[in-house]
This record gives sequence, C-alpha cells and structure tokens, in this order.
Amino acid sequence: MNVFQYIVQNHGEVFEATGWHLGMVVASTLFAVLIGIPLGILISRRPGWNKAVLGTANVIQTIPSLALFAFLLPVPWIGARSGRLAILALTLYALLPLIRNTYAGMKGVDPAIVEAGRGMGMTDRQLLFSVELPLALGFIIAGVRVAAVISVGLATIAAALGAGGLGEYIFRGIGMYDNQLILVGAIPAAALALLVDATLGWVERRLRAI
Amino acid sequence: MSTGTQNGTVIEMRNVAYRFPGGPSLLNDLNLQVRRGETLMLLGRSGSGKTTTLKLINDLLSPTEGDVIVDGRATRDWDRIRLRRGIGYCIQEAGLFPHFTVERNIGLVPTIENWELDRIRKRVAELLQLVGLDPSLASRSPKELSGGQRQRVGVARALAADPPILLMDEPFGALDAITRAELQKEFLALQQRLQKTVVFVTHDLREALFLGTRIALMEGGRLVAALSPSEFMKSQDPLVQEYLEAFEMPTPEKRASA
Repeated sequence: MNVFQYIVQNHGEVFEATGWHLGMVVASTLFAVLIGIPLGILISRRPGWNKAVLGTANVIQTIPSLALFAFLLPVPWIGARSGRLAILALTLYALLPLIRNTYAGMKGVDPAIVEAGRGMGMTDRQLLFSVELPLALGFIIAGVRVAAVISVGLATIAAALGAGGLGEYIFRGIGMYDNQLILVGAIPAAALALLVDATLGWVERRLRAI
Repeated sequence: MSTGTQNGTVIEMRNVAYRFPGGPSLLNDLNLQVRRGETLMLLGRSGSGKTTTLKLINDLLSPTEGDVIVDGRATRDWDRIRLRRGIGYCIQEAGLFPHFTVERNIGLVPTIENWELDRIRKRVAELLQLVGLDPSLASRSPKELSGGQRQRVGVARALAADPPILLMDEPFGALDAITRAELQKEFLALQQRLQKTVVFVTHDLREALFLGTRIALMEGGRLVAALSPSEFMKSQDPLVQEYLEAFEMPTPEKRASA
C-alpha cells in the first residue's frame, strides 16, 4: 500500500500518533525551558559554575539516545511509564541548547547598558527582568527552537520503549521490511519538525526586531 | 537627599584608595571636595582614575580604603539603591536601553520610583523640551536617533527625577565636533539654570575649561591639582603645563615672553 493511501485510510490513528508525538516534544521542551533558562542565568552570574554545568549538559548530549532511554528505565516512577521516560530523556537532551543559548544571550548584553541601569538605582531583579532577559530573548528563543527541532527527531526513538508517537510506524516498518510504513512515520515527523522550526523562527524574528 | 552639610560640601573623598581585588591599585590617597552647585571636571588621560572616582560616588565601586561621603554620610552607610536614585548618571553613548522607547528611557527612574503614569508622561514632555528635543521623538526607539539626539536623551534621563547631584562620564565624547560644541553650550546654559552639583569626567582640556567651575587633574590614580579654570591657566605645575601645551593653549611662560 502506498504511504498516502495508508495515511488517508488510517487518518485517525496517524493523527493521534502525531498529536502524541507533538505532546512529548512540547512537554519536554517546556520542562527544559523551566530548568535550562534559570541554569543559564545562574552560570552567567557565577563564572565558576559555568564549566561544570555546560560540561554536564554536554556529556548528556553525547550519550546515544537508545542508551539514555535504557539508563533511565530503572528510575522509580519515571521508569514505570514509557511516556514519562521518553519525556525525561527528551528534556535532558533539550537542556544543552537552552543553557548554552541563555548563557550566551546574557553574556551578550552590553555591560555598559547594565551598568547604566545599576547606576540609576535599578535593583538586580529589575535589571534581570526588564533589561538583561529582554535583550537576551532572541538568543534564548533560538535555543528553544534548536531544542524543539532536535526533540521532534529524537522522539521517534521513544517508540522503541513503547512510548508511542510517530516512531511507532518507523519501527514497525523496519520490522516488516515495509518502506512505505516507515514513511508513514517519517513524513509527518519531518513535517512536524519543519512546522515547529518555522513557528519558533517567526517568534525569534519578531523578538529580534525589538 | 535634599540637604547637605553646613559648609556646602555635597561630596567628599577622604583618603580614598581603590584597587581591584587582587589587582593593581587604581586610586591612591584621594582627597577631594565637591561643593553644592559647582561643576567639577575630572580631567585626565585614560587610566588616570577619573571614571573610578566617579563610580565611587554612586557606589558602583566601593573604596578599599577611606570614605566617600555623599550628603554627610559615607556611601557604605547609604542604602545603595536610594543613594543611586538620588544621583543622575549619564555615560558616553548614553547607555540607553535599546528595547525601550525614548519615553520609557527618560522615565526610567520615575517609573522605578513608582510615580503615577500621568506625572511621568508630563515630566518626560518637560524634559524633552528642556534638552531641546521634539516631543514627537518620545515614541521612537533609540536606534532611530542621531548620536547627538541620543546623548540629549541620556541627559534628560539623568535629570528625570530631579536629582541634586549629576555624574557624567564623558557624555559628549563620542560626538562629532560640531554636535559636541552645541551640546556643551546647551549643557552650560542648562547648568546655570538648574544649579546641580555636577561631577563631569573628560579627557578634553577645552571641555574642562569651558564647562568647569573647577578642574581636578588626575594622573596615575592620584589627584594632581584641583584648580579653577583661571588658576589652571596660570599654574606652574609641570603636568598642568604639559596639558596646556598638548592642547596648544598659552602657558604662563609663553605669555610672559610674548
């Protein structure tokens, strides 16, 4: 059967898998944003910490994804559900681009501007929220974009653990030597990646224009 | 921050030294008084310690030795935020926030001081007029302005909450000669009206002579002399003469022989 015929005939099921796939990406990117941005800000404030934090995030990035999924299996509560496992692993992978871009963005803010604000009596909190973060935002969104696009690809591997998503079709296709079935997973995944990239790219351009 | 000490001294440096933690000494045994309403020019070459001296006043740097006294109280005893909000601060290239409009930039201190919106808007309009800018510029972004306009906005921002003290760090340094001369003239007129206590950093002797009521010449982290412009022109100090020669001004000897 041809890819498109298959998708049309099973559109409910493909649609659901795509939705779940996107759900895993959105959830993990969100978690990574909540952890990565504060970490990036922290290491821009404490120069001593930046090597340790970036180094750790780098090491996580180098672990092959299947191995990372396997490492996390024995973790209590997380290992009990493959969905949780997949989201945690994707979150860990998304951390590096977020920490690094937040750090770079914060470091890229002109120190003369920050000092001008400080000299006029702005508090650290006011400087962070109304000067440094807004000026670093373009960089940070670029990090979110990279993280989200990587996640779309990596999330296909989550199917190996039974976490579902579009990878389901790919693994089934590989098992059945059915290239068409592989494409049923791969084409929507590629489309999703392009969509996520374009959406966040638009947001990024809007923010940089400020 | 409304009243000073009896003798009219608003800022005083007592045996002040500053060095970076573990680094070289940038300032040594500095003793200096700034009187109410005067414009004290800190004159010196790069690395002479003039900007360091300025930043000690609003506690962007804290002295490693001695006391910096503002309005009768050592800066270390001040609430840092209160101290700074009572001191206008204006730097080279203006240091405007690029993501704020002109209006928000000028209204910065009033905003963080929680003024009412109406009052801020009125004050911004007043300040734009004061520094000779068209009110229509209020909604512009700093990058849409010329260098001279940006610097005017910087001056307006420093004046926003009507602070009695103004610190200016080479505010006109990055401007072309004509615009600089224009802004210097306007600043002089403005200062004659407002009578702020101004500490102004410059490396330009002409600017120092033109704007200052007193000139504090600095070299290698030390104060060489603090003289009025006319005293400066007559001084026999070798470093002062070096400056006069460098700027092709008549030194006392040359005038005597002429």
